[in-house]
Amino acid sequence: MTNAIRSWVKALSGSGRLGLVLVVFWLLIASIGPFLAPYDPGAFVAHDVFAGFTGAHPLGSDYLGRDVLSRLLSGARYSVGLALAAALLASLAGITLALLTAVSPRWLDEGISRFMDTLISIPSKIFSLVLVAVVGSSLPLLLLVASITYMPGSFRIARSLAVNLAQMDYVQVARCRGEGAAYIAIREILPNMIHPMLADFGLRFVFIVLLLSGLSFLGLGVQPPDADLGSLVRENISGLGEAAPAILMPAIAIATLTVGVNLLIDALTGRGRRMAGKE
Amino acid sequence: MAGPATRGLLATALPLIGKRVASGLLTLLLVSMVVFFIAQLLPGDMAQELLGQAATADAVAALREKFGLDRPAPERYLRWLVGMVTGDPGYSLVANMAVSDVIAARLPNSLLLAALSALVSVPVALTIGILSAMHRDARLDRGLNVATLSMVALPEFLVATLAVLVFSVQLRWLPSIALIPADASPWLVLRSLAMPILTLSVIVIAQMARMTRAAIIQQLSQPYVEMALLKGIKPARVVLTHVLPNAIGPIVNAMALSLSYLLGGAIIVETIFNYPGLASLMVNAVTSRDMPLLQACAMIFCTAYLLLVLIADTVAILANPRLRNR
Amino acid sequence: MNNHVEVRGLCVKAGTTTIVEDVGFSIPRGEVLALIGESGSGKTTIAMALMGYARLGCRIAGGSVRVGDTDVLSLDEDGLAALRGDRVSYIAQSAAASFNPSRRIMDQVVEPAVNHGRLDRKAAEAKAVTLFRSLALPNPESIGERYPHQLSGGQLQRLMAAMALITGPELVILDEPTTALDVTTQIEVLRAFKQAVRDQGATAVYVSHDLAVVAQMADAIVVLNKGRIRENGAAAQVLERPADEYTRTLMAAARPERAAVDAPKATAAPLLEIKGLNAAYGTTPILRDINLTIARGATLGVIGESGSGKSTLARVIAGMLPPSAGSIRFDGAGLPPSLSMRSREQFRRIQLVFQNADTALNPAHCVGEIIGRPLAFYHGLKGAAATRRVAELLDLIKLPASLAERPCGGLSGGQKQRINLARALAAKPDLIMCDEVTSALDTVVGAAILDLLADLKRELGLAYLFISHDIGTVRAIADDIMVLYAGTQVETGRRQGYHGVARHPYTDLLIGSVPELRPGWLEEQGDRPAPPAIGQPKDGADLCRFLPRCSWRVGGTCEEFTPPRHRTPGGNIILCHRPEGASEGAS
Repeated sequence: MTNAIRSWVKALSGSGRLGLVLVVFWLLIASIGPFLAPYDPGAFVAHDVFAGFTGAHPLGSDYLGRDVLSRLLSGARYSVGLALAAALLASLAGITLALLTAVSPRWLDEGISRFMDTLISIPSKIFSLVLVAVVGSSLPLLLLVASITYMPGSFRIARSLAVNLAQMDYVQVARCRGEGAAYIAIREILPNMIHPMLADFGLRFVFIVLLLSGLSFLGLGVQPPDADLGSLVRENISGLGEAAPAILMPAIAIATLTVGVNLLIDALTGRGRRMAGKE
Repeated sequence: MAGPATRGLLATALPLIGKRVASGLLTLLLVSMVVFFIAQLLPGDMAQELLGQAATADAVAALREKFGLDRPAPERYLRWLVGMVTGDPGYSLVANMAVSDVIAARLPNSLLLAALSALVSVPVALTIGILSAMHRDARLDRGLNVATLSMVALPEFLVATLAVLVFSVQLRWLPSIALIPADASPWLVLRSLAMPILTLSVIVIAQMARMTRAAIIQQLSQPYVEMALLKGIKPARVVLTHVLPNAIGPIVNAMALSLSYLLGGAIIVETIFNYPGLASLMVNAVTSRDMPLLQACAMIFCTAYLLLVLIADTVAILANPRLRNR
Repeated sequence: MNNHVEVRGLCVKAGTTTIVEDVGFSIPRGEVLALIGESGSGKTTIAMALMGYARLGCRIAGGSVRVGDTDVLSLDEDGLAALRGDRVSYIAQSAAASFNPSRRIMDQVVEPAVNHGRLDRKAAEAKAVTLFRSLALPNPESIGERYPHQLSGGQLQRLMAAMALITGPELVILDEPTTALDVTTQIEVLRAFKQAVRDQGATAVYVSHDLAVVAQMADAIVVLNKGRIRENGAAAQVLERPADEYTRTLMAAARPERAAVDAPKATAAPLLEIKGLNAAYGTTPILRDINLTIARGATLGVIGESGSGKSTLARVIAGMLPPSAGSIRFDGAGLPPSLSMRSREQFRRIQLVFQNADTALNPAHCVGEIIGRPLAFYHGLKGAAATRRVAELLDLIKLPASLAERPCGGLSGGQKQRINLARALAAKPDLIMCDEVTSALDTVVGAAILDLLADLKRELGLAYLFISHDIGTVRAIADDIMVLYAGTQVETGRRQGYHGVARHPYTDLLIGSVPELRPGWLEEQGDRPAPPAIGQPKDGADLCRFLPRCSWRVGGTCEEFTPPRHRTPGGNIILCHRPEGASEGAS
């Protein structure tokens, strides 16, 4: 098992390995970050506001004199966790609907596809703004807004995969064998979609991290007293003129997360391509 | 020669383009329904919001009647739609003026920012995309790949804050706020817009460059490219004269997607630089729950998106001889 | 320095794998050398190395290539670009893919001459038109104004020859130039190529897997296998007295022996009976008035070129495409037209085997799952009983039982096709429809599949509907043969009936177009007589589909009336106004 993992990692490119390290790092922080925090993230512990890097406060202090490192460690949970859940929801819903359309009668397929095309024509940020304006920004609703916003994109990718796969000879063979629609969708089509959909899931996760932190930055996302990484940037925006770590560090944290995921996905799909080319 | 060719072009391409236009209009209609009916989910309505919790039921009912809010939803939708089309999308309660006036003050700013950013990013993105594709898997390509891959994943506020720190705080070259006085000289306008343009371009360039590269590489594996090389055509010439004409469709499509981002996606950039554009107006509409304004902004962005896609489709049809003449 | 082209010790590697090893040959000026071998033999790699070219991921690792007095492999990129398309030119397998879809034909044809500064644009266009004319292309003056998608495969292939010859190259490389063409088109293209290359006085390298085609074109033959030379000699010697064992295997597979046992005389009611069948995709009619019967344990061969509707016929019988008219009866009972109306038992008794095993086997499943599914689905077989049956089936198709655990991705083409077949056998069907099951395979592997089909028929009493574009393959396995042309059934009869002289003009053309495995055959085939002049075809009449190409058409009849069915002296039914078909009868 460890050997398999080791050879899997070895096959990654340099940038892919960097991505893997970043992704694992952030998953860890998201799950155990709050326990590592040196201070209570809500406590005013520093003597100074917008302090620079010091031994007591490795990432400085924020506009109220709170410890930035502690706030970052507990904020990551929201950025990673919420985005992960939303991406999962969006991908699962997209795949399920796509499989449904691939084996359902034409009218249903056309109806669903037309509706999704409509949703895709609303730029994602605009769509989420409209949704937030109506439903508000509690955590469950943010989760819902993000997954509804990115579900149509996932559906479109999954559907084009499923439609292509449904034309494959092995699916025709199954039809001629008399198999039912459920068997064809789940046993013949789905297994061949998983790989590309995993890559799509990763991209969608990146989009959602950026969307949610963007919303928080605008004050429309995670609401105080909770704070995700985007909120941290927003609340410290007044420190921009002083080049305070309090504003840069959360922004850089988000970038390392999203860039890491992107690098890892690229390395994985690139490897898939190269291996396919060799055969 | 030109005569019959042109007639053939009109005869075969026009119906195709007409079909796209019709489909775009249908989508726009459906989008308007989605936008309208999502807004209906909001508990309470404009009259309630305006008069506050303390208002008497009679006062609320009177105001409802004044705005036609007591009508059934389909009727209100039709009225709203007609208003949209005729340039009267309603009354902004928060700004206390007609939505069309609010928007008219902001839209030119947004268009200016988007146009300048497009002017910067399109040539750069094309160059990077073509260079990467021509040096596929070489060091240059791998370097550019990691760079663009990282750039597409950067949050806008990081790019913007870094830009402010470097150019405004450290170097003191550029103003950190993009407010343009009415009598500003073109030079001053450019100076104030430099950082918003830079921030927007970083992300859009990376997106477009990646898609351009992908479109070209997809063509490079076609047998006709090998044939051209075996005809003794030099690789750079093969890309320019053989590959590009075939890659135009997907490239233009990628451009359309990215350029639509320059309008609606500028939300964070406009906010950071205090730029009075349409996107930051929309954010205000969200915070104040100004639904008529919000709906009108959303429809403008969706229309812009569909228009860009339509232009891209048309270019793709005109560039493809298989669609152009049968 | 007598030889025009000299190759010595050529090695090509892909990564660390050697794909061409120590290959050497020479060609005297003006002669044609054939490189022959199956897929993976390295024949295309060698041909490309003659231009100093290696595909992405490959590199020329050693050896020398001399053309005239140029040492090709020592040239730099600029030197190679100057050589390619000028002194050495290339004709690719698929002209449809090798022409740039978004540029006009003329731009592409003159490009080598203009690019290498041989001719100015105007002179190059004039030369192109001359070449178009000598290659017997229609409308030589205006064909260059068209785009690739507006032309047929055979025309594009000849246009590519014009593109290759426009600079007056000293060496022309032809890479499987007729493989993608229908056999009736191939003969015309071969004739045009041979003439054009001879007129130019060029030396040529002809790459092919088809010995019979090579026999028509080559002066000398190099036989390749897995990147190495097996035999190298004059064409007549290699074809008539092959010295190498591998060459003899190739020769044997090229013309399959009759592998099937003759069907038992049809005693009982037919297994499959189709009457007046029409089928269409949307409003486009594909099949018209098809009538056929297959007896229990018999084989019907269906032959036709691409687009003739032969695969559609199998789809209609399988229930994937409901017919627009006509009836299908199976074992005496009517067969419901669409999938959703058929019972599991009806599904079980008719199995369809697709052409391309690569796409017919789900890459997400292992071999055992693929063969096991029909066992569970039709027969409720599970657990140890299913495992045992899978092993039996693998044994039946002559594969080891240990394969059951493997995913099908890593298997060879022949193994995949056997598994494809085993899945059909697992249902215990009465009828198996084989759609071009040997076409995607190398000749030797395909011949083994044919033998296997014949064995299975003998052991299990199966009936086959065997679809192919290759008359040699159909003859080797079928008891009855049906010829489709543009969706109409132009001829049907016993296999023996096709030996007679009286046959449908299309059948006649089809059989006459298959090259024989001996040099000189192409020259013996005189030019086909031009179709006689007839009047304007009558509007709206249901005329013979072969009319535009038919050399035997009769003015005043063929362009006016729907052709009737006649029985020939050989016993076949033909759809033709001439009862004697394509022969000098009393008319």
